[in-house]
Amino acid sequence: MTDLLQPTGSSAAVGSPGPAPRAGWRAWLRRAAPALVLLLAAVLPWSTLSLPGLFEGPLNSPGTLQLLAVCLVFGGLALGYDLLFGRAGLLSFGHALYIAAGAYGVDILVSHYGWDLWSAAAMTVLAAALLAALLGSVALQTSGIAFSMVTLAFAQVGHIVINRDPGGLTGGEEGLPLASAGLPAAFVGVVNTVNLYWLALAFLTVVVLVVHTIDRAPLGRTLTGLRDDERRIAVLGLSPYRLKLLAFVLAGALAALGGVTYALVVGGASPHVASSELTLSLIVMAVLGGAGTRWGAVLGGILYAYLDQRLARLGGSLPGPLGEPLFVLGTLFILAVYFVPGGLAGLGGRLEPVRRALGLRRDRAHPPAGTP
Amino acid sequence: MSTVVLLTLTGLGLAALYFLIASGLSLVFGLAGVLNFAHGLFLSVGAYATWWAAPRWGWLPALAFGVAVAAATGALVELVLIRPLYTRHTEQVLVTVGLSLAGVALLQSVWGADARVFPRPSWTSSVVGVGGAQVPADRFLLIGVAVLVLLGLLAFLRFTRYGLIIRAGVENRAMVSALGIDVRNAFTLVFAIGGALAGLAGILAGMYFSSISPGQGAALLIFAFIVVVIGGLGSVAGAAGAAVAVGLLQQFVNYYGTAGAGDVSVVALLAVVLLLRPTGLAGKVATA
Amino acid sequence: MILQVTDLSVRLGGSHILQGVSFDVAPTGVTALLGRNGVGKTTTLRAVLGEVPASGAVSYDGRPVLGRPTHKLVRDGLAYVPEDRCVFAGLTVAENLRLASRVPDPDFELVHDLFPELRERAGQRAGTLSGGQQQMVAIARVLLNPNRLLLVDEPTKGLAPAVVTAVAGVLERVASRVPILLVEQNLAVVRRLATDAVVLEAGRTAWHGRAADLLSDADATKSLLGVGSTAGRH
Repeated sequence: MTDLLQPTGSSAAVGSPGPAPRAGWRAWLRRAAPALVLLLAAVLPWSTLSLPGLFEGPLNSPGTLQLLAVCLVFGGLALGYDLLFGRAGLLSFGHALYIAAGAYGVDILVSHYGWDLWSAAAMTVLAAALLAALLGSVALQTSGIAFSMVTLAFAQVGHIVINRDPGGLTGGEEGLPLASAGLPAAFVGVVNTVNLYWLALAFLTVVVLVVHTIDRAPLGRTLTGLRDDERRIAVLGLSPYRLKLLAFVLAGALAALGGVTYALVVGGASPHVASSELTLSLIVMAVLGGAGTRWGAVLGGILYAYLDQRLARLGGSLPGPLGEPLFVLGTLFILAVYFVPGGLAGLGGRLEPVRRALGLRRDRAHPPAGTP
Repeated sequence: MSTVVLLTLTGLGLAALYFLIASGLSLVFGLAGVLNFAHGLFLSVGAYATWWAAPRWGWLPALAFGVAVAAATGALVELVLIRPLYTRHTEQVLVTVGLSLAGVALLQSVWGADARVFPRPSWTSSVVGVGGAQVPADRFLLIGVAVLVLLGLLAFLRFTRYGLIIRAGVENRAMVSALGIDVRNAFTLVFAIGGALAGLAGILAGMYFSSISPGQGAALLIFAFIVVVIGGLGSVAGAAGAAVAVGLLQQFVNYYGTAGAGDVSVVALLAVVLLLRPTGLAGKVATA
Repeated sequence: MILQVTDLSVRLGGSHILQGVSFDVAPTGVTALLGRNGVGKTTTLRAVLGEVPASGAVSYDGRPVLGRPTHKLVRDGLAYVPEDRCVFAGLTVAENLRLASRVPDPDFELVHDLFPELRERAGQRAGTLSGGQQQMVAIARVLLNPNRLLLVDEPTKGLAPAVVTAVAGVLERVASRVPILLVEQNLAVVRRLATDAVVLEAGRTAWHGRAADLLSDADATKSLLGVGSTAGRH
């Protein structure tokens, strides 16, 4: 079942030192692009630009900023998930559990126990990391499909418990609104939506920094090595189990941090964040964007969240099943699996032969004939 | 005593549903290597087809119609979506994930997200006295159908040529091809069988819960997954045993413990089984 | 020539396992496919059968083979006895044979004549048989149907000396009816059965000719196979 764990994305971008620095502005631009995009995203709330069709209000309107904040959170969540899926090759079906732990953890501590936000957030992420260590140590006893199913089952327990509203803590199916009394004033009220946007941007930046640092570190290369051939890593004298557990705990902590941010952005926690559907959509995001690539999952997460929210808002005006965001996204996803195997990040590479064919000769190498 | 009888029969009724879903999942996984997330969709499709047909054609034709539509859906999914991705298992799982999301949304757009009242023959609402307990008659229907399906499946696997091919293919697909047998026909067949059984489960679940909704399949699917893993991937008899264990455990703990404890204890059972025997109770290595 | 392999090349998981293997298989007798461990003998057989993706050209009975599904090739009479037997452990001996027979009148007479033991053990699960008995099932499976070429991969691997002799005897009888492409490490068996020999080295054809010529040349045998020509397997 090792082939199940091969993510669809190209792995070439992970852990490789990148092309040799070329002289000239293009190389410089390539390296500086992420920082430029970050800068652009950071100053975006000062823009009053209107993009009709894309957003309902101007860019700095609270509605648009909240939509963008949710997109950024999902970009970070998807990249965090891709640490497991695209890099370590672990197809977890229970990632939502740690997102829910983050969202509900901070919500419960702030709303029920009156903690201040920052200590509640720190406590929640720590507790979620512990939970990931505990459950991961059991789930990683298995591999392949069994691992997927065990993680799914664990997450299902979380979903059930949250829905049952034990001791009135979670609010059951209604969810638990975040009590604004316990929050810093900067995060309360519609006028402060911009701060939530920056918070979401900060979360995404943290995830990108963490995951990209891991990609460059020996750990990242070892993880992708594990994904490709576990025996090779075991031969090097490293314990595959401990490495995978480390990745699992890190991904769990990042998910919890994302859950905390999500609860702040949307003003509470609802059982949906614990559902297996959320994990499935994270998989969709990673694959759509290009699993295992540097920016694929981020792009996939942002695009998915954007479409999900926009389609939900447009839902009534679209005919038939097109009014259901999940129908559109699910269908897009299936088409992407067939026709864009590397995801969005792989598109560039896939256009390469076209460009070459247009400019030069047709020398596109056909893959070797497979077993039919 | 009467409580125990009622809980046992209700637990077995639930086990019957789990078995109908899990046996197809298990065969599909065992033979074709596909973890089929769209299996819950087959269930909903069968249930909605029967719900649509029952007022028009009467109950029994509607039942046959629902099972047939679910079987056709299963075969179609294999032919159109799974087969082109032959041997690319990750992509196959991803496609079934996409299908489960899109399919449920499609049902929702046609019939709405809310639960619909499911028609049922009046006799299934009656109660039967067993050992002092008043047991609803539909429990016996569920158990009876599941037992018949189990016997039928075992006989099919044991005595027919396709059954032989499926059992051999679960062990070693490539070797079956190397004997000159087109194993892909067997893939389509197990998808159709899995679809039919899931559709049957959806119809019976509709009667059991008196209602259907687009998301019902997904909710039952997770417990069916657990049953498949505990029972051993690819083993029908293992699925039957695991379904009974899961159904009974869930009922009893939910009754004697706090609400939801039964569901949690089922997951705990899964964790224990996997830690003791990573291959499940029966059947082949889960990671092969 | 019943089988012609030309410039066969296989890449698996980034490594170039076969890098241009070429040889022919005569329409009669046994052609031995030899070489040290890991030179790609099994991969060559699997590539011919379409079990691994390959490039180059393979023609069987004058028709191109690569890209055709395995089961169709087998139906055209290209039978395969894989390494490690690959009997279906959970099926009985009778079920293993029943599964394999796909013609209206399978040749049970021949099979029961060659392997009388299998008739007695018909109801036993194949997984509980000894290695030698499993090898009998694996060979019997292909003999039930009419074949035009057998691909047999290390049939004597891991078997006791007496059983090795018995298996070689069976293959000798089979070879009088059907040509065989035989992967074999046991040079005594090769000496007894093979008319032609092909030696692979590092994914390429290193030697091709009469088996007797190879085995009588001690130097060639030693350098190509890494063993003395009189030695059995070590």
